[in-house]
Amino acid sequence: MRALTWHGNNDVRVDTHPDPEILNPRDAILKVTSTAICGSDLHLYDGVIPGMKSGDILGHEFMGEVVEVGPKSTLKKGQRVVVPFTISCGQCFHCQKLQFSACDNGNPVEKQDASEMLYGHAMGGAFGYSHLTGGYAGGQAEYVRVPFSDVGPIVIPHGMSDDEVLFLSDILPTGWMAAENAQIEPGDTVAVWGAGPVGLFAVQSAVLMGAEQVICIDHHPHRLELAQKFGAKVINFEETHVREALMEMTGGIGPDAVIDAVGMEAHGFVVDNVLDVIKQKIAPGADRGHALRQALLACRKGGRVSVPGVYGGMLDKWPLGAMMEKGLQIKTGQTHVQKYTHDLLRRIQEGEIDTTFLISHRLSLEDAPTGYKNFHDKQNEWTKVVLKPGGV
Amino acid sequence: MTQHAQDDAPKRAQRDDKDGDLALVGKSVTINRPRSELFAFWRDFTNLPTFMHAIERIEVTGDRRSVWTIKAPGGQHVTLETELVDVVENQSIGWRSVETSQIKTEGVVRFEDAPAERGTIVTAEIAYEPPGGDVGRLFAKLFRAEPNIQARHELKRFKMLMETGEIATGANNRSNDGEH
Repeated sequence: MRALTWHGNNDVRVDTHPDPEILNPRDAILKVTSTAICGSDLHLYDGVIPGMKSGDILGHEFMGEVVEVGPKSTLKKGQRVVVPFTISCGQCFHCQKLQFSACDNGNPVEKQDASEMLYGHAMGGAFGYSHLTGGYAGGQAEYVRVPFSDVGPIVIPHGMSDDEVLFLSDILPTGWMAAENAQIEPGDTVAVWGAGPVGLFAVQSAVLMGAEQVICIDHHPHRLELAQKFGAKVINFEETHVREALMEMTGGIGPDAVIDAVGMEAHGFVVDNVLDVIKQKIAPGADRGHALRQALLACRKGGRVSVPGVYGGMLDKWPLGAMMEKGLQIKTGQTHVQKYTHDLLRRIQEGEIDTTFLISHRLSLEDAPTGYKNFHDKQNEWTKVVLKPGGV
Repeated sequence: MTQHAQDDAPKRAQRDDKDGDLALVGKSVTINRPRSELFAFWRDFTNLPTFMHAIERIEVTGDRRSVWTIKAPGGQHVTLETELVDVVENQSIGWRSVETSQIKTEGVVRFEDAPAERGTIVTAEIAYEPPGGDVGRLFAKLFRAEPNIQARHELKRFKMLMETGEIATGANNRSNDGEH
């Protein structure tokens, strides 16, 4: 089969790989019909996530048609399913508590050592996202093996298009959980850093959850326009003093909740960020955290901090004093995708959530490297790339 | 000398983790399954190679005795004959190498209820004394390098198998072990 594979920094290629096979009883094999490039794939593209090997197949946002099932799979051949990026067993302590991304059993044992050493506990499993999360082949390919296919995949009703439901795999639940973690109360102002896919879904979710005012911060004019479409006010950080603006837009209180939908590769020409960029170039595993630092300082006293943005390593100059002295609550984590898929599918069906607005480009799998390059270099216009392995 | 409070940590977590002359390895894991089910699976020693990847097979040779065939580098094998010493139904299984065995080792696995219906806490402890000679050196090489990691891996595989019915693998297909 053909698959998009990682070969090094800013080097991805479409190669020929052996087709996947059923290896465990609960596996299924999908023929991929749509798969998206995620903002977090750009962290892999930039080589800032450790644990990648040349030839790894990327892709953790995908859907397709079931073509083969193991004896314990509950799926049937011919069904169309969207697959959560988190590989979760459904039976361990964490899955039972609906903390699916913390699943004990999705990440193969020998792959758990690295994250156990880095983080104190092993990470769960995920598709196409380095050997820290299992070294699983991703879905930017013609076919993909899906472990625990009786727990993760959600069957899509007839009549719904791929484009409407594909983002149930990651960015829609991620934006939703980000807003949920902001614990929105009536009258709240929620500030969202980053008008990328997750930030835009967080904006939409925060509005649905009843925020009085949602303010989105970015520097790409087109992306900020998309945020405005959902009723957000916007701040362009290249033109405006962000913290001052946030104070002035909240009657001198500051946002009640802040959401960092940027993560480890924050932009901004300020001292802390310049130092972070240099460090990240020297050592993978060092994070850039300008957006998060700004969010912590902007958040009102006793406010809430939600961090869907991806971090992988260490961050220094962390404003711990601001966190403690202002009494901030922080909630973060990889998304517990399986917890949200059914509710969000219903909301899409009922027209409550719009997902297709985000897609700027549809490409064939063979054109995936172009998709990566432009999604990386032309963020203003290339808001989301969906690959169609069966042809556009 | 001031009297110190007794440390509640298990011996295997203490800085001095030797048990007399024997090196001690031990780990615990919580498994979301009933105690009796886990005990029954472990009690049948022929099941152990399904999650202990260093062991190729275990043959039960008598009521209490079994012969373990352990994989060694270069396609070699080491055998170890053990006898059960202490079995408490649904609680613990103890074994040790027989006197004629080339390797001196003993082990115990305990099963206790975890709090608030979280399942069962399984604790395995293995003590061993690598003897002199080639076999001993080989055994030391096999298990001494990172014996704690090995014990942790085996218990995690046991947990995966018991909770999910399978052992997770990131391999892309059978001809490829995921190390591409």
